[in-house]
Amino acid sequence: MTREEHARKYPEVWKRFTPRETLVRYAWFIGIIFVAAWSLKRLEIPWFYFLDAHEQAADLVTRMVPPYWEFFADITGPLIETIHIATLGTAITVFVALPIAFISARNTTPNAATWLIGRFILVTSRSVNTVVWGLIFVAIFGPGPMAGIWSIAARSIGFVGKLIAESIEEIDRGTTEAIEATGASRLQVLLIGVIPQVLPVIYGTIVYRWDINIRESTVLGFVGAGGIGIMLYSSINQFAWHEVSVMLIAVFGIVLISELVSATVRKRIT
Amino acid sequence: MLSITDLVKVYPSGEQALGGVNLQIDQPQVVAVIGSSGAGKSTLIRCINRLVEPTSGRVTLNETDVTALSRRALRRARRRMGMIFQEYNLVERLTVMENVLSGRLGYVSFWQAYRRKYPPQDISRAFELLKRVGLDGYHNTRADALSGGQRQRVGIARALMQQPDLLLVDEPTASLDPKTARQIMRLLCELAHEQGTPAVVNIHDVNLAQGFADRIVGLAGGVIAFDGAADELTPAVLSDIYGEEDWSKTIQNPVADRSGGKDRGTLERESAAG
Amino acid sequence: MSAGVWRPPKLIVNPWARYGLLFLVVVYLVCSLTPGLLPMVSLNIDWTRAGQGLPRAADMFARMFPPDFSRWELLYKGVRESVQMALAASVFGMLLSIPLGLIAARNLVPLPVYLVGRALLGISRTFHEVIIAIFFVKIFGFGPLAGVLTLVVASMSFIGKMLAEDIENMPPGQLEAIKATGASFPKMLLYAVQPQMLPRYLGVSIYRLDANIRHSTVVGIVGAGGVGQVLAASFSRYDYDFSLAILLTIVALVFVGEFFSNWVREKLR
Ligand SMILES: Nc1ncnc2c1ncn2[C@@H]1O[C@H](COP(=O)(O)OP(=O)(O)OP(=O)(O)O)[C@@H](O)[C@H]1O
Ligand SMILES: [Mg+2]
Repeated sequence: MTREEHARKYPEVWKRFTPRETLVRYAWFIGIIFVAAWSLKRLEIPWFYFLDAHEQAADLVTRMVPPYWEFFADITGPLIETIHIATLGTAITVFVALPIAFISARNTTPNAATWLIGRFILVTSRSVNTVVWGLIFVAIFGPGPMAGIWSIAARSIGFVGKLIAESIEEIDRGTTEAIEATGASRLQVLLIGVIPQVLPVIYGTIVYRWDINIRESTVLGFVGAGGIGIMLYSSINQFAWHEVSVMLIAVFGIVLISELVSATVRKRIT
Repeated sequence: MLSITDLVKVYPSGEQALGGVNLQIDQPQVVAVIGSSGAGKSTLIRCINRLVEPTSGRVTLNETDVTALSRRALRRARRRMGMIFQEYNLVERLTVMENVLSGRLGYVSFWQAYRRKYPPQDISRAFELLKRVGLDGYHNTRADALSGGQRQRVGIARALMQQPDLLLVDEPTASLDPKTARQIMRLLCELAHEQGTPAVVNIHDVNLAQGFADRIVGLAGGVIAFDGAADELTPAVLSDIYGEEDWSKTIQNPVADRSGGKDRGTLERESAAG
Repeated sequence: MSAGVWRPPKLIVNPWARYGLLFLVVVYLVCSLTPGLLPMVSLNIDWTRAGQGLPRAADMFARMFPPDFSRWELLYKGVRESVQMALAASVFGMLLSIPLGLIAARNLVPLPVYLVGRALLGISRTFHEVIIAIFFVKIFGFGPLAGVLTLVVASMSFIGKMLAEDIENMPPGQLEAIKATGASFPKMLLYAVQPQMLPRYLGVSIYRLDANIRHSTVVGIVGAGGVGQVLAASFSRYDYDFSLAILLTIVALVFVGEFFSNWVREKLR
């Protein structure tokens, strides 16, 4: 068979996309590039800053090494405070998030009004960042770890509550119905029928959030809410870079350890 | 054509999978490799195109010493070896046509490959192969929408798209039902004969091997325990390969099914079904 | 167990372990919350000051209401800047995450490259956005550039990590099959990796856009532009009614962002 004969029998053209599909694909590409370009343009970024950025960065690095190791003695206190803030904040979360989760799950909420309230609390808590909560609580409690603890709790309630509420909505109806059928009160149904079923999720979520909170509490000090962040911020503002590097290494360490702890615990319980 | 000398493979774990294999294929024939699990069948095939790096020994394909090639030259040599897998290994989210055309990846530029712009004769040949394997009209179907038998047909078309000098086939039918398995095996052997391509086919089903292959190699513990024509298989030979067992029921009457491998009419009918 | 009395099953069966744990929790609370009990360990909480928290909060809320939207131009500028920072950062983060994700996938690259990739991912993920932001502020000065770069780093490592994990979980057969055709590494990426990764990659990127909108409201607190900067300023001036207006706007913005991201991801499926 010559090539012409072959081509007559079996087509020589094949297109993966129809012209329309190709057009749509390119339209998406161009659209995305346009959005990025427009955003950058409107931000009026002073591009000439990039000219000496590498010098600035190199300068920073040379100032950061060698780390001023003796400084470690000064930051042990704030580091422990950071861990406390995360832990105590998470502890408060446990007590507040549970009832809110129960009123935010469709199958355990008493009525539509409580459901709405629950959802509202969850959404508000989640859409305000921990650091922003920090601003608010510093205004309330004054600077210090107290504000940090409450900021952590305020943000975590939404996170933990939402995940627990979702898992409550997924539990097995049969078990709770069987307990209701014995004439148990609402609280008894919760305690015996619901909580045991979602317990693993509760523990898992809380440990997971604790690990996130360690990371969050390292920066709460930037707004005065306690922890290592206060010293980090002041060292940066005083250009004491060799102290900054010690703190960064310490932060890296505790975040890494908390991630390890949280991963191990979660593996154990599930 | 293909010549394997003293091929040894010791895995980093210390496991010796091949202990000095010698194999010559001098004519376009289908060679079935049988042997129990762990005998080294897959390792043998993968050492030929160096998906597994042999420990020592030589593999020569048409005067090219595959074992001595640089990475770049190895890629060139791999273009000449089509490979077919038990799990089909199609790229699930690509269409049938893209999967078949991926057999030509070695011959087109990156940009052409990206734009799916293959030379007209490649596309024409892909359509021909799809028809030949019984998948006429399926070219724009996504691979994850196909049945196992259909996927293996695409796998065969992809390998043949390479216009290979050698087909390496690793248990092509192990994931298929018995009927589809026979159809696929028949298709494979026919195509190998049609294109004059020698094929090394790993297979667990002694019956299928006997029914369709021209030659059978038995591997046991990483060495060749048998090498001969399909009808030379006897219970004694099978005991050598697999160990003691009552093999008399497994050996089939050689005359009854040998013709099946070369019968074209049945293929056209059956292939549409799989 | 005495007859007729049913008790719910206990979480920790061993009573010693149970009460021991409870005891430890009490000890922890006492030690951490009593100022000066243990040097270094105890928190430095001024309980009298904290006790004034409730009246102060009441006072603050009183001053927050009604929210003051009269300076909407300032607010609008902040929000616009935040959204633009999020958009630009998402696009660049998406692009940069691809090489990062590839070099952090063990089944694609040799060990040394992989270790570099993992280290990059690890470092950029352990440090909070605000810490990264403050560094960029030091290098590039106050303003949205520092914010954009912060969000780029965060998006890049987030999408890159997911990409690397997805690639590592790919069935090896498809990579092998394409390799066996004699295709080069870039072509293998094109035919085996890209098609399998694309849907998840797009999904995660859209999620990240939504996350970037949330985070863009906070990097401003250290001076990296956006609505966070406006918010921090209002707090430092005790302009609480304006603060509430900003907070409400942020909540609305986050809400819209989340809605949009869910909608797009639904469509992609
Ligand atoms: N990647 C590997 N690393 C270490 N040992 C391996 C590896 N692959 C195979 N082996 C070992 O090499 C030997 C031969 O394996 P191979 O896969 O070649 O056998 P096979 O004949 O194909 O078996 P099957 O019929 O089950 O596919 C086995 O003992 C196996 O455990
Ligand atoms: Mg095998």
